[in-house]
Amino acid sequence: MSKDMSYAAVMARRPEIMKNSAGLDFSKFESGSIAFDYERMMKEAGFTIEEIQKIQSEHGVGNTPIIELRNLTALARKIAPQGKGARIFIKDEASNASGSFKARRASTAVYQAKKLGYKGVVTATSGNYGAAVASQAAMHGLKCIVVQECYDSRGVGQPEIIEKARKCEALGAEVVQLSVGPELFYTFLTILEETGYFNASLYTPYAIAGVETLGYEIAMQFREKFGKDPEVVIATNAGGGNLTGTARGLRKAGAQSKVFAASVDLSGLHMASDTQFNKKSFTTGHTGFGMPFSTWPDRSDVPRSAARPLRYIERYLTVHQGEVFYITEALASLEGLEKGPAGNTALTAAFALAQELDQDEMIVVQETEYTGAGKHIQPQLSFARENGIEIKFGDPKDEVPGKNIILPSHPSLIKANDADLVHMRKSLIKNALANYNVRPTEADLEFLAKETNSDLEFVKKAIAEL
Amino acid sequence: MVKKGEWVLIHRNVLEPSERAPQVPDDTKKVPLELWVKGYLQEDANIGDEVTVLTRTKRIEKGTLLEVNPYYKHDFGKFVPELITISDQVKEIVFGGADNE
Ligand SMILES: Cc1ncc(COP(=O)(O)O)c(C=O)c1O
Repeated sequence: MSKDMSYAAVMARRPEIMKNSAGLDFSKFESGSIAFDYERMMKEAGFTIEEIQKIQSEHGVGNTPIIELRNLTALARKIAPQGKGARIFIKDEASNASGSFKARRASTAVYQAKKLGYKGVVTATSGNYGAAVASQAAMHGLKCIVVQECYDSRGVGQPEIIEKARKCEALGAEVVQLSVGPELFYTFLTILEETGYFNASLYTPYAIAGVETLGYEIAMQFREKFGKDPEVVIATNAGGGNLTGTARGLRKAGAQSKVFAASVDLSGLHMASDTQFNKKSFTTGHTGFGMPFSTWPDRSDVPRSAARPLRYIERYLTVHQGEVFYITEALASLEGLEKGPAGNTALTAAFALAQELDQDEMIVVQETEYTGAGKHIQPQLSFARENGIEIKFGDPKDEVPGKNIILPSHPSLIKANDADLVHMRKSLIKNALANYNVRPTEADLEFLAKETNSDLEFVKKAIAEL
Repeated sequence: MVKKGEWVLIHRNVLEPSERAPQVPDDTKKVPLELWVKGYLQEDANIGDEVTVLTRTKRIEKGTLLEVNPYYKHDFGKFVPELITISDQVKEIVFGGADNE
């Protein structure tokens, strides 16, 4: 008997397909209501820091260098108020196998797939994670399929995504490319069902545990070098796993560093729109993912996401596309470091933030990503121009995503804007209630307080306001 | 004529406009969900024919034959003069001044 492959029928088989491909029964962490036992899930399904360090050190991942950006700090001090201008550092995650911090996430996910006896792994991503999974799968001798959203209906693809496809193929993966639309998930499910491979999701406890070493290393490296933890760690935020894993690792090291999120402001652009797909110049680290995933983490491709960034974010800073391009060029010209732009989102926020902090304080931008053809400010700006985006110098606050890219006419115009975290916390609560459609139990209220890094009073008040 | 066993790119529609998911924005609903994948051609064929390929993970995929030995054409794009302006500006602010001339 052949299976019904219609959209509706495949989506209806989703729970079964997900269960078979996850190697993890999420139901045992459920309460039957809004709450679930996040920490137990991380403990039982994740790995200890020591286990991850071992896995990663055997697979070309981790122990990346910290680089102090003295000249960029000097630039910030030229324009900062007297006495201000914190020291800016980056953790050079581009030196991981596959060229980004995503190698950490893939190392544990693919290790788990191998351990559970799967013959291959499948992942749905247009980003660095595809290359990371392909790289780790190559090391473990597993088959790998990467499903990518790549082209608009004219068959035009973002140069950055096309470069990612190339890299995945170079690392031995099969790449399935799709046009724009959330039904990518449908194709992803059909491939999981057909192959019986492991779902190397970005959002399992294995994947997120893999990022914990990043935060842990920052604490250890700073203690060794400076005898103290950095005051602030900034993470470029999209689906929230980068920030969540890093924050958890910092906590495991007992670090008191504040954790801030940074995203490129793409407000006004619809992520599933065919005509707007190639109007943006960032494919990750932007608010189009950052806002929906922070305020509703369980929209991901697993029943319960291990990436729950609102638990950890103390400030959420947004910057404009033109500002990130400017800082990426400045990084090359002042520091001699050429890195991919998406990873420099947090660096842009750090440049603005440094001007608020004292000179003896330290800010760590916790990652960089590789760069190359397609995935570089030059082709990305050139592509934007070809797609009718106006590029000019001016004040970045006038930038309208999808219409123009405004390069700051002076670095003093680079600003980090605080997103309204109180509003985001309330929206998470609203989304939780709407998705479960239940009267929240006491346990739910406590869970929501943890989810939003707030307290019972805040949660009750937010619910009363709905 | 493309020979059986050659490495090719194929294309097919996964969902027609009428089959697209309800939550999809209107502009996206007007167009099909399309798929591109590469593999070893399973029978002699011509460009534009409906063919079968065997992918790198040994899956069978069907679609229209588009290209033989497909290759990547992405590059560093056209020159963007604004980038040099930025480079000059930041160097001038940090290292500039009469001392450096
Ligand atoms: C280089 C880089 N930085 C940051 C991010 C954001 O990570 P996350 O989706 O876990 O928030 C990504 C992921 O897309 C990335 O590739």
